[in-house]
Amino acid sequence: MSNIINIALVGVGGQGTLLASQVIARAAMLSGLDVKQSEVHGMAQRGGSVVSQVRIGKKVYSPLIPNGQTDFLLSFEQLESLRYADTLAETGTALINRQLIMPVTVSSGQQPGLDDLDARLDRAFPRKILIDALKLAEELGNIRTVNMIMTGTLSTLLTLDESSWRTAIQDCAPARHVEVNQRAFTRGREVGV
Amino acid sequence: MAENIHFLSGNEAIAHGAFKAGCRVAAAYPGTPSTEILQHVAKFKDQIYCEWSVNEKVAMEVVIGASFAGARALTAMKHVGLNVAADPLMTFAYIGTNGGLVIVTADDPGMHSSQNEQDNRFFARFAKVPLFEPSDSQEAYDMTVAAYEVSERYGSPVMLRMTTRTSHSSTLVDLGDFTPQAPGERGYVKDVAKNIPVPVFARQMRVKLEERLALLRDYAESCPFNRIEAGDGHFGIITSGITYQYVKEVFPEASVLKLGFTNPLPKELIRQFAAGVERLYVVEELEPFLEEQIRAMGIPVQEYPASLRLGELNPDRIARLRAEICGETLPTPRTVPESEGLPARPPVLCAGCGHRGVFYALNRLNATVTGDIGCYSLGMFKPLYAMDTIVCMGASIGNAFGFEKAGHQGRVAAVLGDSTFFHSGLTGLLNVVYNRGITTVVVLDNRTTAMTGHQDHPGTGKTLMGETTRETTIEQAARGLGVERVRVIDPYDLEETERVLREELDAPEPSVVVAQRACVIGAKMPVTRQFSIAQEACTGCRACLRLGCPALELAETHPQHPNRRRVRINPVLCTGCGMCVQLCKFSAITETRKT
Repeated sequence: MSNIINIALVGVGGQGTLLASQVIARAAMLSGLDVKQSEVHGMAQRGGSVVSQVRIGKKVYSPLIPNGQTDFLLSFEQLESLRYADTLAETGTALINRQLIMPVTVSSGQQPGLDDLDARLDRAFPRKILIDALKLAEELGNIRTVNMIMTGTLSTLLTLDESSWRTAIQDCAPARHVEVNQRAFTRGREVGV
Repeated sequence: MAENIHFLSGNEAIAHGAFKAGCRVAAAYPGTPSTEILQHVAKFKDQIYCEWSVNEKVAMEVVIGASFAGARALTAMKHVGLNVAADPLMTFAYIGTNGGLVIVTADDPGMHSSQNEQDNRFFARFAKVPLFEPSDSQEAYDMTVAAYEVSERYGSPVMLRMTTRTSHSSTLVDLGDFTPQAPGERGYVKDVAKNIPVPVFARQMRVKLEERLALLRDYAESCPFNRIEAGDGHFGIITSGITYQYVKEVFPEASVLKLGFTNPLPKELIRQFAAGVERLYVVEELEPFLEEQIRAMGIPVQEYPASLRLGELNPDRIARLRAEICGETLPTPRTVPESEGLPARPPVLCAGCGHRGVFYALNRLNATVTGDIGCYSLGMFKPLYAMDTIVCMGASIGNAFGFEKAGHQGRVAAVLGDSTFFHSGLTGLLNVVYNRGITTVVVLDNRTTAMTGHQDHPGTGKTLMGETTRETTIEQAARGLGVERVRVIDPYDLEETERVLREELDAPEPSVVVAQRACVIGAKMPVTRQFSIAQEACTGCRACLRLGCPALELAETHPQHPNRRRVRINPVLCTGCGMCVQLCKFSAITETRKT
């Protein structure tokens, strides 16, 4: 309710939500703020949904975002963005990666797919930024940087200092990938602006 | 003192606390949500000997041994793991520690990845040991350090109770002066009256145990982790663990008694708090562990909705409680119609998983399958739908034998993984041999403890400390126990798998079939070949889809059969296992080089 910024990151296992969460949290920490982050493990490598929640403020109690208070939904996959659409606040913004990863239930024919995905996304999110992060990542030469591109876009919507973000990436990313992650972050910021 | 602030998960924080406290021996068996504790402790392996034990009972016995010898020790397990370790715990509470011993239980309210949501705070009360409940990572760190001190001061093993949310949430932790304590050499002196609870000594230990509890009650009253946070006094809330955070979020004005040390309870503090508020609530996750004891003190406690006893709490459920208590109306939760009817995204066996071949064969053999705990539990879902029962680690074998002895007609197969087999399958198998059964046990040997994150075990040849060690094979173990029919198969070969399973299921002797294929994720082997489906050859019969492989996707409608869709292989996911190829009667699936 108060002056806490609530960020939810959703996607499919393997898309890098964890690193993105860590970078966001660390940038907040370096800015002198309290931060809590929560995720549920276990299903990430077996094709399941992953959800991570980051809360930033002067003092944060619950690591879980109260329903309907998510300010930023950072979604790495289109279906997952819809799945968590109702957690977004009325004034919240969705940053959605245009990637679609079909669940096995659909690709194997057990459940029908969606034929009106674009229309649903349009109606569900009045305030949104759609990003073709996979394409941008391919242009950068590393498809694993989708998460850092999205984080870069998010950073333009928060008031954390850019230097905090840069140090956070330096601290969190594996050493041999720091440089490409910094570039991905920059690319994401360009999209945001 | 300069700040030394880090962003740590609860599990990481415990590992740091153990290091700070000068812990020297740590033993555990993987189990969500506790697994990362030993993985992080292993980063301190220059100071702390760390091991993956064969199971939680052994882990507990190892750390008890370390305590006997005078070293500080740590064990960690998920909630059901404590069931396995309960025997040594219950009696070691009587014996008492030499070197401090901290036992971490990581419970799973809401059963994110467990078979039940038992509330292990009762174990602390049952075993009569001190209990700490951290509500965030800072407390996980501070309480671990304090727990060692309490353990040695009062001579008792100490329990630290985490939940999925405190284990896997990350919060800021000030590590302060992170130099490890040097607890001083306690040494070992033979003392049978202290260390051997034969009845004559055990009865004296029992008396000492009660005396110890009395001293711990005094400690509880002044323990810095129990504190009153004054509010407006209209109502008071007693709470512990992660629930404290939700209470503070939802009831910012309430008076709160935050309990961090919850066995034994600080009764005077509770009485004092109750006297200062108009209405008293006890808000806790899962069982009324605190509430029943507080009511037994004669303190009036407001009724608590029974619905809040089930599952994991969160700020929304506490907000509904608030609305009830305060007579407020909650804002209507936002519904987004576009979110309705979305296809589910359940976890599935990975493309290339060897377990698939065994389940496919067991289906064709119409076997009743008693299952067990691991990645292969996912074989219960459609389309494989190949499991009948699961109870607990290792139960598959005893269960299958029980089916047999109850006179069940038809084939019964016990299915369990390699790590599960070493954990608690050996005893079940020996029981079959000894009691003249004919049970067929299928061990799914993917060379790792997969579901919890690919940890090593006695069959992998590597320890948590990173050293090479003897590999015990399942075949050796089975033969050692007296099983004569031991077969090793490749589950990728569907025909061989079915043929061998049929022979063994129908053989009137105990059999162990080891289905060996390294976990595709765990082994990290490069994909050297893939397959693709020639669309013009595909008839849309969907025989291949019976495998439930996520790499097989429905493609375009067949031009001649509008009610059939062809199938294609997703090259991002295909690992080249070749199982689908064997099922295609139209030779539509051919090998390609990896794209």
